[in-house]
Amino acid sequence: MSSQREFLRCSFRAMLRSRTLENKLSSLYKAGKIVGGVYLGRGQEAVSATLGTSLIQGKDCFAPLIRDQAGRTAFGESMLDCTRTYLGSVEGPMKGRDGNIHRGRPEKGMPAMISHLGAQVPLIAGMLFAKRMKGVLDGCVGATTVGDGATSTGAFHEGMNLAAVENLPMVVVVANNQFAYSTPNHRQFACTDLVERAKGYGFSGHSVDGTDMLACAKVIGGAVRTARDGGGPQMIVAHLLRLSGHGEHDDGSYVPDSAKGGHYGRDCIEVAMRQLAEGGYAAVNEILSWQEEAAEEVQRAVAQAQQEPVPDPYREDWTALSTKFPLTST
Amino acid sequence: MSVTYIDAIREAQETLLREDPRVFLYGQDIANFGGAFKATKGLSDAFPGRVIDSPISEDAMIGLAVGAAIEGMRPIVEMQFADFSSIAFNQIVNQAATHYYRTGMPIPITVRLPSGGTPGSGPFHSQSMEGIYAQYPGLVVVTPATVSDAYHMLIDSVKLDDPVLYCEHKFLYRWLKSKAINGDHLPIGQARIARPGKHATVVTYSAMVHEAVRAADRLQADGWEIEVVDLRSVKPLDLDTVLASVARTGRLLALGEAFPWGGVTAEVVAKVTEEGFHLLDAPPQRLNARDTPVPYHPKLWAAHRPTPESICDALRKLLSF
Repeated sequence: MSSQREFLRCSFRAMLRSRTLENKLSSLYKAGKIVGGVYLGRGQEAVSATLGTSLIQGKDCFAPLIRDQAGRTAFGESMLDCTRTYLGSVEGPMKGRDGNIHRGRPEKGMPAMISHLGAQVPLIAGMLFAKRMKGVLDGCVGATTVGDGATSTGAFHEGMNLAAVENLPMVVVVANNQFAYSTPNHRQFACTDLVERAKGYGFSGHSVDGTDMLACAKVIGGAVRTARDGGGPQMIVAHLLRLSGHGEHDDGSYVPDSAKGGHYGRDCIEVAMRQLAEGGYAAVNEILSWQEEAAEEVQRAVAQAQQEPVPDPYREDWTALSTKFPLTST
Repeated sequence: MSVTYIDAIREAQETLLREDPRVFLYGQDIANFGGAFKATKGLSDAFPGRVIDSPISEDAMIGLAVGAAIEGMRPIVEMQFADFSSIAFNQIVNQAATHYYRTGMPIPITVRLPSGGTPGSGPFHSQSMEGIYAQYPGLVVVTPATVSDAYHMLIDSVKLDDPVLYCEHKFLYRWLKSKAINGDHLPIGQARIARPGKHATVVTYSAMVHEAVRAADRLQADGWEIEVVDLRSVKPLDLDTVLASVARTGRLLALGEAFPWGGVTAEVVAKVTEEGFHLLDAPPQRLNARDTPVPYHPKLWAAHRPTPESICDALRKLLSF
């Protein structure tokens, strides 16, 4: 990214496009147009977008998690990949075989998440490990995000340890949104702050206010740069609050008013708008036009996906292997 | 000069490392130490940077392999014991096995599972996991029983674009010898008639092939000619060869070393009953290990798994109908 100005504008536009898209997804879900679930990154856009903007598609790898619409958008995922997957279009990357946030384009460096938390940590480590074997690791970064809940899994621990043992240029962002589904932090971990774990793993640890786009740009962008420049694995704990339920089926009524009314209850997009305007990074008129563009883009992506065919069970290739058996004698 | 089963596994990995730059080996104690069973002895010196020690993190080991496969590599992961792959279960069945169906990109990883019992190994170093993995779509599960298959099937596993669980039997490692690695080199997915016969068919795989042949040799004295089918791969399962054998003999015993509830033998009996009920002259039988953890003491262990004696008993019962 050429300059801080450009970085912030890109990050913010990804945040805006993500929020606009997710608002539409929520409406579609509530109207019964999306089956399964809808999982939003509301409140986490600044963290996710600044990470995605720091990465380079075609060079880096990025394993987004459940609340990373903004990071996916910033990394270069098309809005159509999202709407097609949510609406089950056969034209989408998952062809109706998997849905919602369980999508990716592994060939473009963005693997498709599985639901089991922490599992993408060693996977990204493996992608970097392979790049090193192929001699193309120089200047590359691999990133993934997890929530506070994922830090309690064995997979997270194993993956973090392995990445550090291999001294890989890996960036792990822990979005501590205070609730894993309904479970609050104090039932999830007993350390004072998750960033304390970084030292134990052999990662450099950083903390950031996840509602503050400027701070995220500085801390997350900085950590990605450090990893890219050979500074070893980086872990960032972003403090924020999930501004939605776990999914749109969940009203999040267990989140106390004190948290909603507290510092982290503020909306990172509103904060970012002020920061852009006050810092002279973007004019209010520009922001308004970006909003209009985002709304039109969402409209197009939904309309397109809605008119595409859904999978036909009678034409589905019901095979889970790429190898066609029986093989002929060799 | 003879070649053991473990030699063949080592040779295959050496061939693969030499011939395919995408191949690397990853596992616990496999580099300088050469592996708990010496399946990688000397390979880290011969192929620097391509035989790599992992931390004791089975989940992350497979996670790393899947990531490397996405980047175009062909990793071979050595589980120190098949039993420990339970820790990697999630990455195997949810990450690797679903990947092709979900994304269209196959994951060519080979996971070596040192399987099965040996005297004194006890509950956590003796398990046979093939049935569990075979239950999941998206995996190939092979179970070589001969020196030649140990070699060729490992090479063929790595060449497949899909994830393969390569179940190698620890009891065969040094016990099973052959003059050379050569063999018929059947493709994965094709069973072999290990011993021809006409009165009953034993369908089995891995180390139990040898126990079945022993039992068949004993019954020969009584005039019974028992056919032994070596499945070689339990998934895909070569039902054609199994049905052809049952068509000749009219009687089926499905034999395995795994626990008795479900699994490969149940699948064989179910499929033969479904597709070849008219071929059967007697109710198909199953013989497996007992329904307890694998015991430590050699005397208990020997009675936990099927033996030539218990196989003979099962066959006599089958032949009595």
